[in-house]
Amino acid sequence: MTYLTVLSSLCGGVLIGLAATILFYFNHRVAGISGIVAGLFKPWQYDSLWRLAFLIGLIMSASLWYLMGGFIHIKLDASYSLLAISGLLVGYGTRLGNGCTSGHGICGLARLSPRSMVATACFMVTAGITVYWVRHVI
Amino acid sequence: MSFKKSSAFLIFTAFLSGLLFGLGLIVAQMTNPAKVLGFLDVLGDWDPSLAFVMAGALVTLSMTQFFIKRIAENNVETVVNLSPVKAKIDAKLIIGSAVFGIGWGLSGLCPGPALVSLTSGLMGSFIFVSSMLLGFIAFKFIHHSK
Repeated sequence: MTYLTVLSSLCGGVLIGLAATILFYFNHRVAGISGIVAGLFKPWQYDSLWRLAFLIGLIMSASLWYLMGGFIHIKLDASYSLLAISGLLVGYGTRLGNGCTSGHGICGLARLSPRSMVATACFMVTAGITVYWVRHVI
Repeated sequence: MSFKKSSAFLIFTAFLSGLLFGLGLIVAQMTNPAKVLGFLDVLGDWDPSLAFVMAGALVTLSMTQFFIKRIAENNVETVVNLSPVKAKIDAKLIIGSAVFGIGWGLSGLCPGPALVSLTSGLMGSFIFVSSMLLGFIAFKFIHHSK
């Protein structure tokens, strides 16, 4: 199990907020990860450039963190088959619902978008029920 | 074309945004699925950390957006219009988000942290991200969208 980390959580949140601000102010885009990545599955166009740049930055952040002497603790308990199912549901669901934790849960909520409020409530509730079911029922 | 609008600059700002976003997820330990599941497990050993991550991000973004909009009001050149294009709350939004939530709850991974964890070299991250991309493609095939 993990424990509450107030300071690092707040600091991380502020960094995420600043990242979304940069994309909002300069690129006039919403920092929704699923939308940015899914937008790359189109024939190459000018719009693909900033998406690719964002994605490269996102993936490289871990390398930068390691270079700075940091360590990333990842405890992934799900089996490979469960991860495959989970990935499919996340990929399909975020496209149908037009956003994920970042697009709806952070950018949308900050914009007070009613759609994002509904979406965030939906995925929080089903995720909570799923975890309850996996951990406490089966 | 001013420097601020040149494509090279906008590629740099997008890169910087992605980099900062990833660092934020790492600092907040949201790249650790166990920590995310700890938040979602409200009735178990609850770890409320994710709420603090969201609070930090929301307060920061709300404040910066407020100031950006005030600047934009006084400067026609930087008008930012991000009012939601699709304002309707429909079944797609609800069902899609519900399906995403189930997937998220099964592994503790959502798109951002999954992509950041790719460089850790874990087979599991790789399988998740590949399946997620397949999910994107499946959506396009099923709904015939562009």
